[in-house]
Amino acid sequence: MIGLLASIVDGVLVGSVYGLAAMGITLIWGVMNVINLTHGTMIVCGMFGLYFLVNAAGVPAYATLAPILVIGFLVGVALYWIAVHRMIGQPPLMSLLSTFSVNLVLIGLGTALWGTVLFNVPVSLPGLSLGRYTFPGTHLMAAALTAVIAGALYLFLHRTRMGKAVRAVAANREAAELVGIPTTRVLALAFGLGVALACVSGMLIATLFPFTVLAGDAYQLKSFVVTVLGGLGNPTGALIAGIALGLLEGLATPFMPVSWTLVIEFVLFVAVLITFPGGLLSVRRARRVE
Amino acid sequence: MNRFWLIAVAGALLGAPAWATGEDTITVGMTVSRTGSLNVDSVAQLRGAELWRDEVNAAGGIKAGNKRYRVRFVTYDDQSQGGRVQQLYTRLIVQDKAQFLFSPYSSGLTATAAVITEQYGRIMLIGGGAEAKTYELGNKYLFQCITPADYYLAGAIQALKEKNPHAQVALVYSDDPFSKAVVAAARTQAAAAGFKVVLDESYPPTTTDFSAIINKIISSRADAFLGGGHYPDGATLARQLHDQKAALKWVTILVAPDSPQFTTLGAAAVGITVPSQWEPQVQYKPDFGPTPEQFARLFESHAKVEVDYHAASGYVVGLLLQRAIEQAGSIDPDKVAAALEKIDVTTFFGRDKFATDANRHGLQLAHQMVLAQWQVRGGKLAKEVVWPDAAKTANVLYPLQDGATTASVLNPLH
Amino acid sequence: MILRRPFFWIIAVVILLFVTAPTLGNDVELRESLLLAAVYVTLASNLNMMLGYAGYVNFGSIVFFGLGGYFCVYFVSALGWTLVPATLAGGGAVCLLALLFGLGILRLRGAYFALATIGVNEAVMAFVTNFAPWGGATGIYLSSELFQPLGGPARALWIIYYALVGVMGSSLYLSYFVKVSKFGLGLLAIGQNEDAAAVLGVPTPRYKALLYAVSAFLPAIAGGLYFFKGAFIQPADAFDLQLSTEAIVITMLGGQGTVAGPALGAYLYEELRGWLLTSATLSNFQLVVAGALLLVVVLFAPGGLIGWVHRRWPRLRRVLE
Repeated sequence: MIGLLASIVDGVLVGSVYGLAAMGITLIWGVMNVINLTHGTMIVCGMFGLYFLVNAAGVPAYATLAPILVIGFLVGVALYWIAVHRMIGQPPLMSLLSTFSVNLVLIGLGTALWGTVLFNVPVSLPGLSLGRYTFPGTHLMAAALTAVIAGALYLFLHRTRMGKAVRAVAANREAAELVGIPTTRVLALAFGLGVALACVSGMLIATLFPFTVLAGDAYQLKSFVVTVLGGLGNPTGALIAGIALGLLEGLATPFMPVSWTLVIEFVLFVAVLITFPGGLLSVRRARRVE
Repeated sequence: MNRFWLIAVAGALLGAPAWATGEDTITVGMTVSRTGSLNVDSVAQLRGAELWRDEVNAAGGIKAGNKRYRVRFVTYDDQSQGGRVQQLYTRLIVQDKAQFLFSPYSSGLTATAAVITEQYGRIMLIGGGAEAKTYELGNKYLFQCITPADYYLAGAIQALKEKNPHAQVALVYSDDPFSKAVVAAARTQAAAAGFKVVLDESYPPTTTDFSAIINKIISSRADAFLGGGHYPDGATLARQLHDQKAALKWVTILVAPDSPQFTTLGAAAVGITVPSQWEPQVQYKPDFGPTPEQFARLFESHAKVEVDYHAASGYVVGLLLQRAIEQAGSIDPDKVAAALEKIDVTTFFGRDKFATDANRHGLQLAHQMVLAQWQVRGGKLAKEVVWPDAAKTANVLYPLQDGATTASVLNPLH
Repeated sequence: MILRRPFFWIIAVVILLFVTAPTLGNDVELRESLLLAAVYVTLASNLNMMLGYAGYVNFGSIVFFGLGGYFCVYFVSALGWTLVPATLAGGGAVCLLALLFGLGILRLRGAYFALATIGVNEAVMAFVTNFAPWGGATGIYLSSELFQPLGGPARALWIIYYALVGVMGSSLYLSYFVKVSKFGLGLLAIGQNEDAAAVLGVPTPRYKALLYAVSAFLPAIAGGLYFFKGAFIQPADAFDLQLSTEAIVITMLGGQGTVAGPALGAYLYEELRGWLLTSATLSNFQLVVAGALLLVVVLFAPGGLIGWVHRRWPRLRRVLE
């Protein structure tokens, strides 16, 4: 019984990190209808950011959050101008391809420089025990920081002028332009923000697990699943969906062979897509409008 | 007249290198995973092979009969994917005229390459594919130089039995061909040793978080862990077992802990055992070729990186080929194959002998794994050989100490 | 009359080239290289029908290839069938499965559909990894004896090559005939504006389901042949999303919505990658080069190669479809 409880808590903790990872994609997708295929690689950038700042500059692990956020934002804005700006307004396939090609270049450089060598940042914090089970302090810290970041994002989007501009552009770009919002700047900002979120989630993930240059792929796939479950363009939904996914993994594992969890995840994913095309959380929202 | 001689001389000069090459050079072909997920181990294997090539050429080449042959490598990148392997091996044989082939790294790629090498009747020596299935499909020219997957955990089980004859074992492994084959054999070996298997599960190879699985291990009350898969999952498992204080007395993880990079795990690495095809500290007495210590020193000064068993297997593949050619006195594939089938030698790598019966031709019969363990020596992490007794350099650490104790003994790594 | 259209003959010439070029010199290496090109052309052409005509991005199109491979290899190794019935049965089985999947996911639009196809691919891969009769994660190894009915490995590899060229040719012709047919017209209408098309009387659900199944058949057969030749199939190789993405890249590079586009794109891409792989210095950077090239095309020539050709020489539109 306690084992089940432990799994549930673990699921929630890790799931929140999945949610954070997905927030970047869902924001970008929602605002500018662009599927950012460099997302996984940006997560890896965040991981490397942690590694280098801690090892080369001796920065304490969690203090790297702010610099990584800023650098991620700048990289995101740069990426926007290089690959995405010309694709706005075109079919989503084009932006998909342009981000995909940038991703190829980055992965190529990464593997040429570092191969698939393993990196690890040994971070440890005192954790909580529940009988024979332990919740590592790092997991608790990661979940806490995720909540803080998600909260900050929510406040930004709903309480600041710039945030409202972002939401306006997401709702209707042409109308936003008509009322005088500098849409290009807003798009660049939103993209930068999405990438910054990816980098920060990478940094948090690197405090928990070892990584390689290719580690981003698995997280990118999970991010897609979470984004769909939570509803496109809905960062809070992404967080909740991420937690739900983690919960699912935690709940399923004690009861069935672990190798079946992936099958369940993806079957669920397709099933949700078919029955709730707008995402699980938009169902409620739609009803409220009616 | 003049023009004729000019053309003739030009033709001779142009044709001469090719003519000379065919005369006293052996071309060995292989694909290397320079890109893709198998890159680290594949390149290590290549470096070992290149060291052999350079040594042989420096000594004047391989002696076959009364001719001496220099060795030339031709390599291509297979991108860690099976799709191009057949195209590239065909190219190696048909265009680059490779007389002998070395395998790619990994069992899957080796199986695909074998279709081509068997078709052309070329010998392929395998240093990077442990799975036994490939040899059961009927072949004449495959020769596996490393221990097959079935025996990977045999040593760990023996070593564990000496410490805890009634161990409760959790078998948790990656859902990939290699790990599955290893654990399939380990299951029988564990039962034969009198262990109770309390958990037996595979996880998807792309699993990034093991907390739920580890909770399952804790719930099963296992005190020994055998399993893992390849790099990232093995390392993540080790770290999370430590973070979650899984209270295991024995942990054997495949592949990942053998890498020198494993030290980045710090305290989480202490006590982890790993089966290895070879370690620099082994005490084999070679019939010919360098001693283990000589090889390790040579490799590290040559390649400027730490030696590991992938490099060793790359080197021994060349060494065995050389021996067979020398014994056969010729480079004719059938004569060399016959010589390989008769081989029963000990090199720095250990003893090698190939199966010759048709239903498992080429399977390695004699080579044994050693068991290595990460221990703390003088405040730093070091890999010691703990089994078998004949090869060991330190006693096995059992039970695993918990995180707090080892962290205090270990100097901060940075 | 279709035989009067020049493009029909262009396809025929291409097929002839593929068949004769390696045969004439017994050039085995060229054959291997062209075989990979043929596989890419098949995948890209069939993908193009969904992507370029109807506007549905099938990210997980590789699932047909992989399942076709598994069915064929299973029939041959476990049930002892010969190659021809095994591949055809595989193709048929995958078609039926595609109809089944399609029923579910074809009511989705745009990016959701794309993601659903990824979901289907990953779910199938995860399932096959657990499915013991198909070897689970270990996969299925084929013994070289299975090449004997075809006359031994050397001859078998040639036969498989010709069969794959046949599949490639069929894909090109299928693409072409669909494009000039009423079915194709309906698909193009769906691609432009699905709702308007439905309103105007195009039976959209039926067409989409048919298209999805049809675009699964030839890749499944190609998969059967490909994995039989490789004598080894495992889930990670059979359902490799990267191949799917490469097929999309190829289609875009060559020019989506055209018949020649995917073929040209596949051929060029395959030759480029093959060349990069065998060049020692560039091998490390092949991904970088491929990515940079794609970026340039996407940013500056989105109609792909054929699109650019069409704009430059409008007369060629009639000839090079």
